[in-house]
Amino acid sequence: MDAVSIFISIAFHGIAFAMVLYLVSVGLSVTMGLMGFVNLAHGVFAAAGGYLMLTLMNGYGVPFPLALAIACLAVAAGSVVLERLLYRRLYGGNELDQVLLSIGLIFMSVATAKFFWGPLPQPMHPPAYLDGQLDLGFRSFPTYRSFLIVSGAVVVSLLWLGLERTRFGMTLRAAVDNHRMAQSIGIDTKRLFTLTFALGSGLAALGGALGAEILAIDPGYALEQLIYFLIVVAVGGLGSIRGPFFAALLVGTADTAFKYLEPELGAFFIYGMTLALLLWRPQGLFGRA
Amino acid sequence: MTDVGAAALETRGLCKNYGALAVANDINFRLERGARHALIGPNGAGKTTFLDLVTGRFPPTAGRILLGGADVTALAQAQRVKRGLARTFQINTLFRGLSVLENVCMATSERLGRAGDLFRPAGSRRDVIDRAYAALERLGLADDAARLVRELPYGRQRLVEIAVALSLEPDVLLLDEPAAGVPSTESGIIIEVIESLPPEIAVLIIEHDMDLVFRLARRLTVLVQGRILVEGTPPEIAANAAVREVYLGERAST
Amino acid sequence: MEHNPPRPAMPVANALRELLWPALRVGSGPGPAPGTSSAVDALRRGHHLRPLEMLPWLVAAAAYFLFPDYLALGAQILLAVLFALSFDLILGYAGIVSLGHAAFFGVGAYAAGLLAANGWSEPLSGLVIAGIAAGLVGLLSGAVILRTRGLTLLMLTLMIAALLQETANKAGAITGGADGLQGMHVAPLLGLFRFDVFGRTAYVYCLAVLFLGWLAARRIVQSPFGRGLIGIRENEDRMRAIGSPVFRRRLVIYGISAALAGIAGGLMAQTTQFVALDALGFERSGVVLIMLILGGVGRLYGAFIGAPLYMILQDGFAQQDPVYWYFWIGLLLVLVVVFARGGVLGLGQRLARRLGWPS
Repeated sequence: MDAVSIFISIAFHGIAFAMVLYLVSVGLSVTMGLMGFVNLAHGVFAAAGGYLMLTLMNGYGVPFPLALAIACLAVAAGSVVLERLLYRRLYGGNELDQVLLSIGLIFMSVATAKFFWGPLPQPMHPPAYLDGQLDLGFRSFPTYRSFLIVSGAVVVSLLWLGLERTRFGMTLRAAVDNHRMAQSIGIDTKRLFTLTFALGSGLAALGGALGAEILAIDPGYALEQLIYFLIVVAVGGLGSIRGPFFAALLVGTADTAFKYLEPELGAFFIYGMTLALLLWRPQGLFGRA
Repeated sequence: MTDVGAAALETRGLCKNYGALAVANDINFRLERGARHALIGPNGAGKTTFLDLVTGRFPPTAGRILLGGADVTALAQAQRVKRGLARTFQINTLFRGLSVLENVCMATSERLGRAGDLFRPAGSRRDVIDRAYAALERLGLADDAARLVRELPYGRQRLVEIAVALSLEPDVLLLDEPAAGVPSTESGIIIEVIESLPPEIAVLIIEHDMDLVFRLARRLTVLVQGRILVEGTPPEIAANAAVREVYLGERAST
Repeated sequence: MEHNPPRPAMPVANALRELLWPALRVGSGPGPAPGTSSAVDALRRGHHLRPLEMLPWLVAAAAYFLFPDYLALGAQILLAVLFALSFDLILGYAGIVSLGHAAFFGVGAYAAGLLAANGWSEPLSGLVIAGIAAGLVGLLSGAVILRTRGLTLLMLTLMIAALLQETANKAGAITGGADGLQGMHVAPLLGLFRFDVFGRTAYVYCLAVLFLGWLAARRIVQSPFGRGLIGIRENEDRMRAIGSPVFRRRLVIYGISAALAGIAGGLMAQTTQFVALDALGFERSGVVLIMLILGGVGRLYGAFIGAPLYMILQDGFAQQDPVYWYFWIGLLLVLVVVFARGGVLGLGQRLARRLGWPS
């Protein structure tokens, strides 16, 4: 392959990966920044989304769009229960307790997934209309990943637009900017947190389900991919909504490029890059000092 | 070590900018040895920022800081403390889960150069403990020595702040609103403690309470929007038209 | 040098309470009783050995005779206690939350393992070198990352461990890569005690090293330096304002903790004669965190409760139901957070308070 093709190919797959990373990580960034909760178990919501969608598709023949929607809504609803029962107790509290709780949830999810679905990754068969190659004239691209990029971009645009325009978005941004102020001007933070948590988990489920073809859904998902999600959040800047997007683009394309160009060195580059970036900008690329 | 004519603390052209906002603007300030000096000004004038710059909590954007005539601008906070600069905080900054005595011991131990000791038990350092206890006795805190700081009433905690700073045996003591938030029934003790500080210590006090300022300070500096408006004796300041306009005007409006 | 005389025997009623409360109390706060000498006394007696502190050693010694079939597991538990103890020094005392402490365990394990695989079979010197190697890695990485805080620091510790693991993985010619490091030869301890298949020598060896590690750690946390670490954890601003070189203090304890972790790793390499990549892995970093939080953080004895609890439970579950061990330990963690914050020692402390003992 010539250099241009390689570049296009890396950019394409890198951006597809970045979409998945961003959809999963944005909720984590907000949970950490706004609620002050180190939720290491955030990947569980992504894995749950993936498992639900794939089970509905593969086991019950539910069409892809419907399965996707059900999975996201179900995970968002389920996360509200967890938030009310467990997470809420620890908001702004001892981060060790938070870490312990979230590791406990990861462990339980790993075992549960193994119990119901076995140790192997779940196969992802895109529907026929998204299968195969998409010919754009100058080149052809895998159809499903093209769809992934486009739908990811649409969701991100809707999310940002929604946060700019809706009342919920305004309160959320105000609360992220200044937590105490938001409380003192009478924003119902309890309700806001629950809604935000549900939104973040729903997006994670969307990312996990849509991305099942890139990050395979298996029992260890929540633990193994955690490191990527954390990198995106830390590099993007804690509590930021847009920061993780650019961090995801960076991490997604850099990871794809390194693995393609120097497969021998594996994840070495991405860890080294994160280390260097965080030493250079400890608050992340878009975090406030 | 230091030249005799030098001020206890001096800043020359001290500036601090946050983006376009200048929170300290060309501050030239002298604190003489043994001074009782107050820094006053409306809210947001940059008084606490000034202390943070002087103590090295933040680096200045420009300017120099001299302690006893020696330039300490490049020194870390800890090194400035070793050279005799101590401060208290506007909001209590103590080890809330430790006892009063231990709070003071922590400072004494640093002062005596024992705090880096890895192997001798802290409890066997009689000199540290006895000195710390004596410091508490001087401030009338001996009865509270064993109590956890978080169990103390707020006014007593303010006293512990002062006790911790004093046990560093400073030449220059910076007090950031020592009586803020303390009910008037308790603030008397704090004023007495400040009045009875050893005369050789140079004291700079930030305070909003004008009664307290006029009672304690022999010299006043008025800071407005990060810049020194005027400096003088209390009667001079009281009579100054610009001060009345900016400072007292602001007070009347709030 | 002053010597403090041993305390006289006490009436039985008081003895129990004397025995229990000091080990359970957090940090250092003496009881609320005011009075001139009590505060000074409490501080001066803070480092005296309490009877209860001997309990772990009695249990460990008894276990040697009671469970001769489990000594190999016992040795692994003892070195896990040392690893968790090293972690307590940074997490519990200096307040450094790390998700990459396995980096130092792994460096120690590979150092000791590589020595033993390349002809340096004497175990004690191997262990010392393992500790030094890990300590150096701790100092070097700490010098770079310890200026940061919070999530950034957490991520940096994670990245350092991940980088080391990748390095060990890629340097397969030296480390054995994913197959693990094999072919070690460990000479008899002191030239006398062969490492036997029942784990007798391994058990006693680990116990002795743990004891020394505990003595050092105890000494450190009770030194002025150790009290200063608590100060940094409780209020860093104040420590700076009283002239404490916070960065240097954090770096020193980070190096010490890394060295102890490396010794624990070296013990694992020598007693199992095998080192795999998971010695450096994220899971090990997570598990040591769990062990410590289960037992109780910042109390020096949390490691002695959490590590055995975790490993014995794991061993028990793994025998019946190896796959779902994760489910039960996960549930236990959630329950601990909801009902038993502060771990087992925290629970004990609350119980003591309810019984009206000073805490």
